Amino acid sequence: MTFLADVATLARKDLRLELRARDTLPAMLLFVVSTLVVFRFALPEGADDVAAQGADDVAAQGLLWVALVFTALLGLARAWAPEREGGALEGLVLAPTDRSAIWLGKSAAVFIFLCALDAVALPAFALFFAPVSLSTVAGVLLANVGICAIGTLLAAMAAASRTRELILPLLFLPLAIPLVVGGVGAGVSAEPARFLAFLGLYDGVFAILCWASFEYVVSE
Amino acid sequence: MSTSSLNRSGFGSPVPLLAVLASGLVGIALALVFFVAPEDADQGLSQKIFYFHVPIALTAYACFGWGAFKALLLLWRKEERYDLESYVAVHQGTIFGALTLATGSIWAKASWGHWWLWSENQLVLFLVLFLFYSAYFMLRFSIEEGPRRANISAVYALFGIALVPVSFLAIRLAENVIHPTVFTREGPQMTGTMFFTFCVAWVAISALAYALYRLELLGKRLDSNLRELREALSS
Amino acid sequence: MISARALEKRYGRKRALRPLDLDVASGSFLVVTGANGSGKTTLLRLLAGLAAPSRGTLEVAVDRGRLGYLGHEALVYRELTALENLDLYGRLYRVPERRERIGMLLERFGLWEARGERASAFSRGMLQRLALCRALLHDPDLLVLDEPFTALDVQGAALLDHQLAELGGTRTVVVSTHEPERLQRLASARLALT
Repeated sequence: MTFLADVATLARKDLRLELRARDTLPAMLLFVVSTLVVFRFALPEGADDVAAQGADDVAAQGLLWVALVFTALLGLARAWAPEREGGALEGLVLAPTDRSAIWLGKSAAVFIFLCALDAVALPAFALFFAPVSLSTVAGVLLANVGICAIGTLLAAMAAASRTRELILPLLFLPLAIPLVVGGVGAGVSAEPARFLAFLGLYDGVFAILCWASFEYVVSE
Repeated sequence: MSTSSLNRSGFGSPVPLLAVLASGLVGIALALVFFVAPEDADQGLSQKIFYFHVPIALTAYACFGWGAFKALLLLWRKEERYDLESYVAVHQGTIFGALTLATGSIWAKASWGHWWLWSENQLVLFLVLFLFYSAYFMLRFSIEEGPRRANISAVYALFGIALVPVSFLAIRLAENVIHPTVFTREGPQMTGTMFFTFCVAWVAISALAYALYRLELLGKRLDSNLRELREALSS
Repeated sequence: MISARALEKRYGRKRALRPLDLDVASGSFLVVTGANGSGKTTLLRLLAGLAAPSRGTLEVAVDRGRLGYLGHEALVYRELTALENLDLYGRLYRVPERRERIGMLLERFGLWEARGERASAFSRGMLQRLALCRALLHDPDLLVLDEPFTALDVQGAALLDHQLAELGGTRTVVVSTHEPERLQRLASARLALT
């Protein structure tokens, strides 16, 4: 039970920090909307009809996921910034807290930020492109779990690297490919259940892996 | 540590023998492929590349698996040597992965006239893995040498192995909905001789990979021993 | 309390700590001295469990919850107030009667008035005092302090002197310092690293 209490303590701390600083989340919201607008202009002629007819659903859904993944990256790059600035990560590692609780607490906070992001991104997408189905929303929520789980761990790895911001996307994108497949499939396919189940599988496998291995990422 | 690895890297090292063995096997495999194995009725000469493409792919998987295994040992036993062994295995795997992409691409061009096919699951999977493991090296070389780097590399290598089945599933799912299959392909129906040739090629390439693995390990260990010696002499 | 045999730490090719044997009995006050680069910080990090030995053995008889560490950085969240920082650590260390203890420590180190200010507004000396509060918060059995007098003004140093005097004898303390004379009275053991 103390494990969960620690997770809650740490997640609350992250939420408090973000509410106070208000730097990361607003940037992410603005970024996703800007990205969607860029996509609108980047689509070739006749896109208007395409989107209206919903004929090229797949392409439009793809844009949503590209926007979500890259916006998530933006936020993840700053995930461990508070710990880095004051050296607090060592403080957490010193504490009797389970190291996985550090990971889970941070992931939980990131999950909440991603949900806040979706609350803006999905309506914006529906406004600019095509309506969003329920299975897309389910796909987004499931993918959020995967993104925050692996993203938090990879961001911690990147924090140990000299090239920090540069390396996080390189680490994250290959791992994000299955998530995009699952998400787009859920939104487009006639059998979304399969894709949602796959997303669940991804989440399960990688959450367990992250939970077990975070200790080693922060230890010397 | 120094003496035991010296023994491993000094006289009595299996590397020269392995190298000769591997070269021999590869020679035999090449001979079999081009002179003994019958030409495929449908695909002709271009089918021959399968004898290399598939074993290379399998060997790449094996290397990544070996790297992940060593990574697990590192995290569990905390012995330094596993870090180097894991790294070299991943390195070999990446090389063979690149070869897989190359041979696969050549085969695709020869068979279908395209240098790349999104419907080829194997190829797409390797592309994803190649991206993943390329990032491994970027990660590794941007962290200072030490236990932190070893641990992080090991965790990443383990993620890679988990990615293999997950990606494979994803690509299979994608194929049906996102990229409807345009080309269908039946696996080569292999006659007895073909199968034998395939097995020989597989053993040859595995031997080659292992020989290269031991060779690289030997080289790196000698390097590090030399450095230690230099430091010991200068202090 | 602490026992080390042939303890060594390397980062790749760099040797941060030469092989060392060490025994620290419970209740001792060990003062560690040495030139820059001799491995003082590395040794203290090993004792605190922030790094694992490369070679040799190290046994520390307390678990993480009973160990207090002060390093070169304050290990606090810059955008949280002093109170919030200590509350966070208080929860993680499961400190009983958290609020009272935090209040007591803040007063003792002269930070009570600044308790509602964010750590980013603190001077170096105040950060050091806050870090000391954090290290002492859970009443640890083993205190590992890396150059604790750094950045402290006369008043702060006096407060720390007083605190260390109180602790010496009942707790085990390991302190690294550039001014060993200061701790002359309290030291029960000395270690000079080369």
